[in-house]
Amino acid sequence: MDLIIEPGLTHFLAVSAILFSLGLMTVLSRRNVIMVLMGIELILNAANINFIAFSRFTELSLEGQMIGLFVVIIAAAEAAVALAIALNIYNRFKTINVDQISQLKG
Amino acid sequence: MEFQLFGIGILSWIVFIPIVGMLIVLLLPDKKHDAMRWTAVVVTGIQVLLAAVLFRGFDRSMLGINEAESFQFIEKFNWITVESVPWVGKIEITYFLGIDGLSVIMVILTALISLIGVISSWNITKMVKGYFALYLLLVTGMMGVFVSLDFFLFFIFWEVMLLPMYFLIGIWGGPRRQYAAIKFFLYTFVGGVLMMLVMLALYFSVAYTDPATGNSIHTFNLLHMMNPENFVAGSLLAGIDTTWRYVAWLALFINFAIKIPIFPFHTWLPDAHVEAPTPISVILAGVLLKLGAYGLLRISFPIFPDATVYFAYMMAVLGMISIIYGAFCAMAQDDFKKLIAYSSVSHMGIVVLGIAALNTQGMVGGVFQMFNHGIITAVLFLVVGVIYDRTKKRGLYDFGGIANVMPRYMGVAVIGMFAALGLPGLNGFVSELFSFLGAFESYRWLTIISVSGIILTAAYILWTIQRVFLGEAPPQFESLPDLSLREKFSFIPLIILIILLGIYPAPAVELMNTSLSQLVELVTIGIN
Amino acid sequence: MELQTFIPLALLILLLPLAGFVTLIFAGKKLPRKGDWLATAVISMSFLLSLTLLIVKLGWYPDESITGSFNWLVLGDAMFGSTLAIELGILIDNLTVVMITVVTLVSTLVHFFSIGYMEGDVRYTRYFAYLGLFSFSMLGIVLTHNLLMMYIFWELVGICSYLLIGHWYEKKSASNAANKAFIVNRVGDAGMFIGIMILFTNFSTFTFETIFESISAGILPFGSTGWLTAAGILIFCGAVGKSAQFPLQIWLPDAMEGPTPISALIHAATMVAAGVFLVARIFPILTADALMVIAYIGAITALIAATVAITQYDFKKVLAYSTISQLGYMILGLGVGAYAAGFMHLVTHAAFKAGLFLAAGSVIYAMHHALHKREDHHTDAQDIRNMGGLKSKMPVTYWTFVIFTLAISGIPLTSGFLSKDEILAGTLAYSSLNGHYLLPLIGFIAAGLTAFYMFRLLILAFHGNHANTSRLADLRESPKVMTIPLMVLAGLSFFIFYSFNPFGAASGWFFAAIERPMSLVPELMQPTGAVLFHETVQGVHGIAMFISILVAGAGILGAFLVYSWKKISADQLASYMSVLYRGAVDKWYFDAIYNRVFVDGTIRLARILRWFDERVIDGLVNGTAVVARKLSQGGRWFDTYIVDGLINGIAEITDRAGNMLGKLQTGKVQTYLVYIVFSFIVLFVLYLQI
Repeated sequence: MDLIIEPGLTHFLAVSAILFSLGLMTVLSRRNVIMVLMGIELILNAANINFIAFSRFTELSLEGQMIGLFVVIIAAAEAAVALAIALNIYNRFKTINVDQISQLKG
Repeated sequence: MEFQLFGIGILSWIVFIPIVGMLIVLLLPDKKHDAMRWTAVVVTGIQVLLAAVLFRGFDRSMLGINEAESFQFIEKFNWITVESVPWVGKIEITYFLGIDGLSVIMVILTALISLIGVISSWNITKMVKGYFALYLLLVTGMMGVFVSLDFFLFFIFWEVMLLPMYFLIGIWGGPRRQYAAIKFFLYTFVGGVLMMLVMLALYFSVAYTDPATGNSIHTFNLLHMMNPENFVAGSLLAGIDTTWRYVAWLALFINFAIKIPIFPFHTWLPDAHVEAPTPISVILAGVLLKLGAYGLLRISFPIFPDATVYFAYMMAVLGMISIIYGAFCAMAQDDFKKLIAYSSVSHMGIVVLGIAALNTQGMVGGVFQMFNHGIITAVLFLVVGVIYDRTKKRGLYDFGGIANVMPRYMGVAVIGMFAALGLPGLNGFVSELFSFLGAFESYRWLTIISVSGIILTAAYILWTIQRVFLGEAPPQFESLPDLSLREKFSFIPLIILIILLGIYPAPAVELMNTSLSQLVELVTIGIN
Repeated sequence: MELQTFIPLALLILLLPLAGFVTLIFAGKKLPRKGDWLATAVISMSFLLSLTLLIVKLGWYPDESITGSFNWLVLGDAMFGSTLAIELGILIDNLTVVMITVVTLVSTLVHFFSIGYMEGDVRYTRYFAYLGLFSFSMLGIVLTHNLLMMYIFWELVGICSYLLIGHWYEKKSASNAANKAFIVNRVGDAGMFIGIMILFTNFSTFTFETIFESISAGILPFGSTGWLTAAGILIFCGAVGKSAQFPLQIWLPDAMEGPTPISALIHAATMVAAGVFLVARIFPILTADALMVIAYIGAITALIAATVAITQYDFKKVLAYSTISQLGYMILGLGVGAYAAGFMHLVTHAAFKAGLFLAAGSVIYAMHHALHKREDHHTDAQDIRNMGGLKSKMPVTYWTFVIFTLAISGIPLTSGFLSKDEILAGTLAYSSLNGHYLLPLIGFIAAGLTAFYMFRLLILAFHGNHANTSRLADLRESPKVMTIPLMVLAGLSFFIFYSFNPFGAASGWFFAAIERPMSLVPELMQPTGAVLFHETVQGVHGIAMFISILVAGAGILGAFLVYSWKKISADQLASYMSVLYRGAVDKWYFDAIYNRVFVDGTIRLARILRWFDERVIDGLVNGTAVVARKLSQGGRWFDTYIVDGLINGIAEITDRAGNMLGKLQTGKVQTYLVYIVFSFIVLFVLYLQI
């Protein structure tokens, strides 16, 4: 089984794709804001894996890893802000169910 | 003799000093009515003084009309110059003022009538500030037209005049003032548009060669337009006796005919006169009507001599119709002001007949008639104003016996009216005489018919005198006060001029004689 | 006296009355006696100077004619060829000096008379001022050496006449009469003006002398004799107006609304005679045709006015028609070529007709006062039916009146006989030379009628015994200031002042001084030569004298038969000739016809034109405005429903679409993400396929 012997770029991309799909599904289907946020994190990490993978398997030396780091940091910041927003949403609407938060609807 | 003050020429002073006055009036507190009135008096008074300086300093032997060198008191500098516009070349609009024999007499008339107008505006109490501000703006416009030698400048002043007049009639007028003001505005505006079209056509057709650089420069300078050599070959108005030149002449003529006014463009006049307050009627009849004839002589005649000769007969016919028709209409009026308005149509018809004769007698007669009519009609409108102030009535059948109630008033009124009917010894006669003499030389039968107008004029004037002044005074008018001091001041200068110029017209005639001879020469050079 | 001093002297004569006028107008009321003495003094000085001038001129320089002129206006510029100089100036010849003497004499006497007559008048000062202005203007007509000044003063006397007829302008009839006088005169003046224009256009001058020279050199107006005749007749139109000739005679009787001394001065002696003077002035350029027209107009006027005079009852109206008739005589005389006779009749007529009017004034003044004393305000002081028997009450007025009446009737030994006789002889001579037998016939008939109506007036007013009724018990003779002028004029009505031969004017100084000027028109158009004419006159003079005495006698006899001895009833006579009588009473319907045709016609035309102006021309303008408004309303509709509709339609569609698409916007982030993913997938698939 070639697959197990030497993990290549394809493997990483497959993982990343699965992770991305899971994240996307989470974001689209869960009604809980927290869960949606966690889905976003998954998507970000899927992207991260891609960056790292490309960095490892192509000529592109370190740039991919650097961006991967950036993404981690941004994800952290984003999580902080998003959680704060979620908290505020909860404070305002007494719920974190996104279906009930439809103030933007015209 | 250098006619400058603070480096500004006398003509600029005389044109723009009313603007200064206007600013002062605008800056004065709202309640200081007397200060505003006195400002206007002082400003127009200065104008009269400047006009007197012009009269003294004017060289009677200079030709003017189409020769730039023989204009006097010239002020000229480039005002708007645009280099190398793509398909036009260089654009040049000059600030070009100057007077010759034709304009000097009009400038004097304007200054005088403006002052008289201010004196008779004393009892305007509605929105005094606005009134005098507009009035002074109007004076600038009128004066500007008479001294401009650049078509663009001429046009600007022409239009500047329009707006104050519209408001002066529309705000301070009688009951139907809005109708009258709109009518006046539209009529004049239509004319203005026509004139603008001709102005632009002339602009694109005329280019003079700059002696310094040899460049061909398009210009609005009227004097360049008068030189046939300056017409660009192949341009719209180039050549002689072309259809487009006739069309342009007619367009200009309609504009000026509206102002004069000549039948059938005259119907704005009775309405405007009837509704306008007294001083504005005075200005309207005294100066504004002259602008039409002046424009013809200053622009149409020298620029389009060929078309002028071609259309001269038509002008004479219209003049004749105006004389007779105006007199008949005047005869049928019951309103004093309307009667005078129609008499203006009749008298301005004499001007048109005179200038259409295209000879010196007719031309001098016509232009002198412009001046005289300005003075006489001013007196007549003041006469109506005086009686209207006292009785709030204007109908010819409302009065009677005023002669016994207000003898001095009767005196000036009768002199004015006799002058209007062309009584020898008063100025109206002299100008009518020469207009008719000139016209007779050119159009025998037309003039013979026109002369019957003097019979009609006598009839309606005498009937008016009879209805208003003679007979027994109705009881409610028995204690009307005679002329006040202010009213006397407004009448006396005019009456003196009426008598003086009637007996010895030479001072006025000498002013314009040379220039008008030159104009006649210029126009008729093609036929002789 | 030197010749050169004539001009300043004439100027002085001319300007003195003007100075009087100016002073009185501005300061008259402040002067003692309201300034009447000033006016009288200046005109008297003018008269004395004129008399001096007359004597010196006729005595020492009878053949000279002196001109003095200056350039009033110069038109045109020498650099464009010729200039046009308009000259004003004075011409002094025999005609002038005689005429100025007549004018100033009558004017002076009228001034004196007015002091009495106008006493206590509301506008006393103004009256004298206007008299001065009139005298000035009248002298101007006489002294001028050109047509322009002639026209100027012509109109000025017209305006003076207007002002003085309308002196009592509170009366509607007075102001109407004034208007009528001026307007009718204007009609004649317009013709005169056209005539002047014809001459000026061709000769570039107004001066008589230059015009005469050009015509005698064979230069004709517009190159045709027709225009020369036309010019002559047109200028004569001025005389027709001013001298109240047919067909413009209608204004003069109405002009009697003015004060009576004015009637004497302006409407009898001087102004109305100006027409005759004008014809005398332009005589050299009148063609035979023009003169014939003039003669006929004079004859017609003489006849119709005389017939109307018979039927009038107003003292002044009778005299007015008589004046018209006599003016007709003068014009007739000039027309037939009896130049000196026509002009002489002007002079003699000036004296006796002024006298008649002043006598009338004296009578009216006395009547007025008498009636006033009795508080009678209904009786007309001018109606001769209210008079009668004034002879005994007013002897001076009566006797002077008799002399004037004899003079105007043409009785030997009077001045009127001299001049009228010569005119009649002239008409006879004219008819024997050129045919036209109607002219002498009319002349003699009118002479008979004149005698008849004048004696009718005399008998009705002064004879009989009407005055003895209580109504006129207080009648008194007028004061001396009024009767002395009458006496002076009565003296001047005798032949002795004009010719020492009571039966022939031709031998007197007047005929020696006033000679018919040479005709200057082309030979074919010339009237009969002066010499031949004169010889013919000599031949028929005896017959003319005989017939004229005969008809005058017949007229007088008739008047006595009808009115004094009552052998013939006037009423019956009137009913025999009822058509003629009605015609004469109604002034031959001239006024009625003119009123109907010209006055009403003009007013109607004026109304129609006013209507035309207000409805048609202004209607057109307003119609344009209405059309413009309708168009703009159409534009507004188009704008609202089409242009705006389009815009609004687009907005509507956008709105609808927005609403529809808005439903997609759920406000749920997850939905949006679904859209995004879905869109992405779609795009991806599309991408792959392409």
